[in-house]
Parts: sequence; structure tokens; C-alpha cells
Amino acid sequence: MIVAEAKPIKEILEMIDGFNKILVVGCKGCVTVCNVGGAKEVAILASAIRIAKKKKGKDVEVGEITLERQCDPEYIEELRNIVQNYEAIVSLACGVGPQFISERYPEIRVFPGVNTRFMGGAIEHGVWAERCAGCGQCVIHYFGGMCPIARCSKSLMNGPCGGSNHGKCEVSPEIDCIWDKIVRKMMAQGRLDELLKIRPPKSWLTARDGGPRKMVREELVK
Amino acid sequence: MTEYKSGSNLEKVLKAGHFAFTGECGPPRGANVEAVRKKAQHLKGCVDAVNVTDNQTAVVRMSSWSACLILKEEGLDPNFQMVCRDRNRLAMQSDILGVSAHGIKNMLCLSGDHQRFGDHPEAKNVYDIDSIQLISMVKKMRDEGKFLNGEQIDVPPKLFIGAACNPFAEPLEFRVYRLAKKIEAGADFIQTQCIYNMDRFREFMKRVVDMGLHEKCYILAGITPLKSVGMARYMATQVPGMEVPEELIKRLKGAGKGKAAEEGIKIAVEQIQELREMEGVAGVHLMAIEWEHRVPEIAKLAGMLPRPKVE
Ligand code: SF4
Ligand code: SF4
Repeated sequence: MIVAEAKPIKEILEMIDGFNKILVVGCKGCVTVCNVGGAKEVAILASAIRIAKKKKGKDVEVGEITLERQCDPEYIEELRNIVQNYEAIVSLACGVGPQFISERYPEIRVFPGVNTRFMGGAIEHGVWAERCAGCGQCVIHYFGGMCPIARCSKSLMNGPCGGSNHGKCEVSPEIDCIWDKIVRKMMAQGRLDELLKIRPPKSWLTARDGGPRKMVREELVK
Repeated sequence: MTEYKSGSNLEKVLKAGHFAFTGECGPPRGANVEAVRKKAQHLKGCVDAVNVTDNQTAVVRMSSWSACLILKEEGLDPNFQMVCRDRNRLAMQSDILGVSAHGIKNMLCLSGDHQRFGDHPEAKNVYDIDSIQLISMVKKMRDEGKFLNGEQIDVPPKLFIGAACNPFAEPLEFRVYRLAKKIEAGADFIQTQCIYNMDRFREFMKRVVDMGLHEKCYILAGITPLKSVGMARYMATQVPGMEVPEELIKRLKGAGKGKAAEEGIKIAVEQIQELREMEGVAGVHLMAIEWEHRVPEIAKLAGMLPRPKVE
């Protein structure tokens, strides 16, 4: 899923300073799963905004709504009859949501309420880790099922570098050296011969480096 | 006549069967030409080639190629270092052509320290290709006369290709295989990470020799003289995979106040002498970090002088 984290309330208040009719929009997708943008977090942020504005003596109106998904125009459409009651929207979805909303409703100001971090998953309760960089050409089967593009600090295709340290990356003891894991797993599986193959340079054309991406599935296009 | 890949002094010395001795020069944090010339003067006549680091430890410095050119003017044989952190494949290939055009004949291909260690941790991390892919790319450019994309080069670069190896980094059992990969990719010579634990290095070299890797590539063992007990401790704790045996630290301590540096030099000299006898070791790479002025003394004490002249 897409993992996001809440923006500091201070930053959000600065963004919406000067607006007194605010709609907080959550999403039932990834951000609900990583506890940052579901109905619960929408309620918390809405009341924090009310309290902060009240303290400043401002009379505010803060609405709350949580959509099925914000990455689908169909659900964004549900805001159609509500938006005109507000001056600003704070979206708690990943970076896709606020963009879809502002594309649909160009007359209203839209602010991001979360920082979108990465594609990954929960490795334990309350801890999420990155797994994929969306390179557009998946090759993890060469690497014991682990992604060196997203998970090696240098995206090495022929690692590990000389900085690998007791299973940790040279960059930080908080980061596992994925190449240490790749080598150990593949050697244990008797796949040394595959590790010895020189992996050629990757084409980054399918990654973000090739420009903003778009995908068309003809059979689905009406 | 011997057929040379680049005809660099280092290549000639190694091909002639001499035990090579290379040094290192870190460019200044500025456009200080005199600083480079001064370092060059210390190294001149003492080493066969001089590595010039490329934004070492991810700190901005004068570019490696420009410091290489200054060393060349001073009569030294520069070894142009290139890391994969800062340039994509376009910039790399154009710099490779550029250094060769200016008569630089050695190049060392490295991954490079991650920028988070350095003075611009906010920088974008490039790593378009990795060090092994860089080695193959330089080899392809030199031997096939082709760019990475397969297109023809008008006058290919001539470079003696080097790579690094850390025999002590984990996973240990894979290190010799990674070395083999670098040699397969096209490394003509290897310079290792600095060695303090000679027993472990001997074991590593035994595996290298058993696999016949020393016959495919020249292996230069890395030595960094210890200046103080503090430095020894730093090396042991801060540098991945580095192990400084307790007895070395004891020797430095035992040397008494103000004498640790002398003891450190003594240790380095003994190591060089031992490496000279070690099977598969073709030379020593001396990384005397900000200690270039002590290189002549170390070279002399280790019996490395005079350096051979190969025509
Ligand atoms: S190889 Fe590419 S697509 Fe596959 S996990 Fe890694 S970044 Fe994602
Ligand atoms: S230590 Fe491991 S994860 Fe970190 S850059 Fe090196 S190979 Fe990649």
C-alpha cells in the first residue's frame, strides 16, 4: 500500500490560516490502513482545527467526510454538492487524492494533510517499511525475491557494497542491508551461480526518470 | 613490444613484474592549485601512480579529473577515481572520454559513499549504474569502442581499469566472489580497503589464489598508517568491516607520548614488507590520508625506493 504520515498540526494550521470554512476529507484506502487518513483521523484533525481556531477567537465551520477512495473520480464526485459550502479542503489521502479533488473542483483551495512516504507495508504494529520504488520493470526474482532498487540505499544491481556492516546498511544502523539478505538467502538456496552473473544497467525509462507515467488498457477504455 | 591497454606508468610497472607502490591525493575543498602541487611534490618519485579521490566521503571538493591534470603536469601518473553517486551514464561516459583526451590513463571505478554521510545530505542520489556496471562500461568503451548504448565511439578512451575490494566487509564468504565479478567485468587491477588484520587478509588472499584471480588481475593491498590510538579506535568502530587487532592498538599505546605516529609508520612498513612476500599480491596502495609528506619516509623504510622506470 501507499504509506503516509500526518503533517504536523502546526503546518496544517498555517496552510489554512485565513480560511474559516474548511472541509477535512479522508479516504478509506491505504491511509485508513496506515492510520493516518481514515474517518477516525478526519475527526481528530477536524476537532484540532476547531479548537485552534476558537482559541484565536475565530468562528469556524469544519466539515468531515471520508470517501471510499480519493484516487477514483467516481468517489470524488460525491463532494459535488458539498464543496460550495467551504473555502478550503484538507485531504488526508496520499498525494493522489488532493490532486484529484483540485482537478475536479478548480474553484476551491485544496491542501495536503499528510506526507506521502513510500510504497510498502507494516512489518510490525506501528512500523512500516518501503518495498517498491515503482520502477516499472520488476526484477525481484533475480534477487531472492527482494528489491535492491527500493531497498538498497544505492540501488545496486550487483551488491553488496563495501559498506555493508553486520547486516546493516552503511547509511544507518536503522536500515537493513538488503544485499546482505539477498546474498545469504540465495547462497542458502544454492543459487551462487545466479549471484555471480553480472546484472546489466537497468533501463530507467519505465521508472519516473522517463517522465510522468500513464497507463492505457485498451480493453477497458470505453 | 608489450601490448598495453593504456600504457600508464602503473600498467607498465605491473606488466614488467615489479611490486607496485601507489599513493593517494585528496583534492582540496576549493580551487587551491598550490595545495595539489604541494601534495604532488611529496609523492613524486615515491609512487608509481596517485589515486585522486572523487568527492570523497560525499564532501564537495575540486573534481578528481581536474586535480588529476595538475598531478600530471607535475609528472605523476594519476589514477582518476569515479563514483556512481553523482553522475548518470551520460556524465560518466563524457568524463571518461574527457580524462582520456587529456592523457589520464588509469581509472578507479567505485560505488562511492552515500551522500547522507557528506556535506550535502539533501542531494539527489544518482546511482544510475553501479560500480560493476561502470567497470564493464569502461571496458566496452575501451575494447569495443562502443558507448553503453552500443553506438560507435570516434577514438575510444584508453584507460587501465581499476576497482576496489573490501575483503573484510560482510557477508564475508561472498567478498571473494564479488571480487571475481569485478574481474570478470573488466578490472585490470584492484586496490583493497586498508588492511590491519594481516591474518584475515592472508586467508582472503589464499582464496583469491586458489580461485586463480591473481592471475587475471593485479591485486594491490591497501595500507593506511595509523597516526594515533584515537585514529585506530575510529577505524575499528566507524569504518564498516574494519578490524584493528588489539595488539596493534597496544603497540601504539606502548610507544609512549608523542611517539604513536612513529610506531604507526613502523607498523605500516612491516605490513608492506610482509605483503611483498604474500602470494598473489602485486603491490601496495598507500592511503596516507592528509599525511602525504610522510610518504617518502614510508617508501624508503619499506624498501620501495627507487621506483622502477619502465620504458
Ligand atoms: S524491481 Fe521495480 S517494480 Fe519490482 S519491487 Fe523493485 S522497484 Fe518495485
Ligand atoms: S550497505 Fe547494503 S543496502 Fe547499503 S548501500 Fe551498501 S549494499 Fe546497499
